Amino acid sequence: MVYRAHVLICGEPRCVEKGARDVEAALTQKIQELGLENEVQILEASALGHGDQGPELVIYPEGVHYVNVRPEDAARIAEEHLLKGRPIAELQYKEPPSEPLPAPSVKEIRVVLGKIGKIDPENIEDYIALDGYAALAKVLGGMSPDDVLAELKTSGLRGRGGAGFPTHLKWSFAKNAPGDVKYVICNADEGDPGAFMNRRVLEGDPHAVIEGMAIAAYVIGARQGYIYVRAEYPIAISTLRVALAQAREYGLLGENILGTDFSFDLEIRMGAGAFVCGEETALMQSIEGARGMPTTRPPFPATKGLWGKPSNINNVETYANVPQILLKGGAWFASMGTEKSKGTKTFAIAGKVERTGLVEVPLGMTIREIVYDVGGGVLDGKKFKAVQTGGPMGGCIPEKYLDLPVDYENLAAVGSMMGSGGFVVMDEETCMVDIARFFMEFTQDESCGKCVPCRIGTRRMLEILNDICAGKGKSGDIEMLEQLSRYINKGSLCGLGQGAPNPVLSTLEHFRDEYEAHIFEKRCPAKVCKALIEYKIEPDACIGCTRCARNCPVNAIAGSPKQVHVIDPETCIRCGICKQVCPVNAVYIE
Amino acid sequence: MNTTLMDTVFERYGSDAEALVEILRDLNQAEGYLSQELMIAVADRLRLPRGHVFSVASFYSMMNVKPRGQHVVLMCQDAPCHIAGGREVWDALEETLGIAFGETSPDGKWTLEVASCLGLCAVGPVVQIDGEVYGNMTPDKVRALLVRFDGDAGGAA
Repeated sequence: MVYRAHVLICGEPRCVEKGARDVEAALTQKIQELGLENEVQILEASALGHGDQGPELVIYPEGVHYVNVRPEDAARIAEEHLLKGRPIAELQYKEPPSEPLPAPSVKEIRVVLGKIGKIDPENIEDYIALDGYAALAKVLGGMSPDDVLAELKTSGLRGRGGAGFPTHLKWSFAKNAPGDVKYVICNADEGDPGAFMNRRVLEGDPHAVIEGMAIAAYVIGARQGYIYVRAEYPIAISTLRVALAQAREYGLLGENILGTDFSFDLEIRMGAGAFVCGEETALMQSIEGARGMPTTRPPFPATKGLWGKPSNINNVETYANVPQILLKGGAWFASMGTEKSKGTKTFAIAGKVERTGLVEVPLGMTIREIVYDVGGGVLDGKKFKAVQTGGPMGGCIPEKYLDLPVDYENLAAVGSMMGSGGFVVMDEETCMVDIARFFMEFTQDESCGKCVPCRIGTRRMLEILNDICAGKGKSGDIEMLEQLSRYINKGSLCGLGQGAPNPVLSTLEHFRDEYEAHIFEKRCPAKVCKALIEYKIEPDACIGCTRCARNCPVNAIAGSPKQVHVIDPETCIRCGICKQVCPVNAVYIE
Repeated sequence: MNTTLMDTVFERYGSDAEALVEILRDLNQAEGYLSQELMIAVADRLRLPRGHVFSVASFYSMMNVKPRGQHVVLMCQDAPCHIAGGREVWDALEETLGIAFGETSPDGKWTLEVASCLGLCAVGPVVQIDGEVYGNMTPDKVRALLVRFDGDAGGAA
């Protein structure tokens, strides 16, 4: 079907919340009424650029951008623009006249995220039209497994799941392992809080992963593969199902792919809500129908993996990079990045930053550039305090490292790690002890329980952190946290336990004064920890409007109309409602 | 107990002990939770020790071994949502429904559960009710949302 016009409607949660689905329905209906369904294609896309004025849509080939679209506008757009060819000026996005031209942002280079939003993930022909499966064809058409490995070596691609192990090496281990039955596995159990790049790739460009896995299978000699997706990603799973079915239909999966004697097929396996199943040996246990508890390595999966057979496990993003590396050459990939960290990396920018979301930048870009240029700076112009990278086993990086180029080695050197690419920005209103406690709560909950130091050690660390935040910290707590961290790190079988103390260790290193304030002064400098703060009303500012007292859920505020109001600290639960509703900002936190 | 459901699920995956995680997950999805009765039936059909089935079911957080309320509210309690104002939304949920996270209300209408990061961090804080996801939550928005599901929500507070 060749359409003469395409309408891209943003389907991001923010736009959906404002009614994007109703707009889409209205547009579809009107297009049918006008008999245009064979001429105009409606596509759901990702963010189109003006999500703050959503619902938004763009009409190609003109590239006209409509914002604040309501269902009734949709009908008009269909009639005027799509039928009669007259774009409607007043519904279009207009550059606000009073704002200065935005500074050019440092360019993202979208390798893995490049096709997302431009193709329909449920239409394999879109992928093929943009050179999809051309890499597989090139490989099957005359490259040996060693040729592929050589190209990957030149590229310098390192595992994007977090550990950063050189991909060509990992594949070569499985390739060289003896045996007729081998497996290719994709780790799509993206459980790091703050990471959602794998989800986006699976939902927006699933074939890149399928193609990457097929190439891996060819290299190592596998006929069967599994994609282990966490159950919290239902859309990714359904999109993958469609993609797999279409790939089979087109002869790109299954027996005798592209007419060669290479056969390979893929199945989806779902997780069931266990973060630890992102650890490769636990993942394989889960596929085998058991509790997702890690096993010792060696033997490594490459020699003895799923059901005891040689298996190659890589992250979604690692596989997604492979087709383009083979098409454009390893040298192209290696032209980006730093000496030891080549290529691009996706980051999920979250927290107190103007533009949250996924970005993909060449490795080596500084933290400052990522936060300020790409991320738009700290939200509400507040002061930057730290950025947490690498997920719950990563660390917090303070202001003095803003000009650090981001790559695997540098992040590890300052007490953090790359991880899957989580990037949580924190401002002066974030309590670093609370953050460390928060991550410990997560890892404690997700600990599988196998190793005593992790199972019990993280619980003890959490108890101490809870006490510190509740104002019950005591002398010796910091030393105990440090000692426990050493034991847990040394005594744990897998990365979860080994890395669980990292948020605590890095915040102790860079923000020790906050811990000391909590323990020795019973004070929370960021004014977050409820037990250590008090909500007070400034007597000079209070106008006695009674709004705070009326809204207080626990009746902690005393005062009559036109009289100064007072908060009772014993009853107050520090919910903050009084501060929100006060019309004269008389409520402050001490 | 629904033997037709069991038959359907077993047909889907075969009577293979290795499919245990998937069988349990599908049954959990259909029934809302895995009762003792159900787990024993699965163990018998797969010829596995009952303790093994229970140990697998209790390991995964998306498998419930206790019944849940009519409406299930999940909230992510991880750092990115937390920093974006998640704490206030968390408190509002507990306060409005009158129960703590992990509990089901005495009238059986609501279950509040902690979810792992749902991967929607760009629109945090995120709340999921009965499988539908709601982003950019605030205490006011979440209170209004709960009422949409059950007009009495907030009466318990």
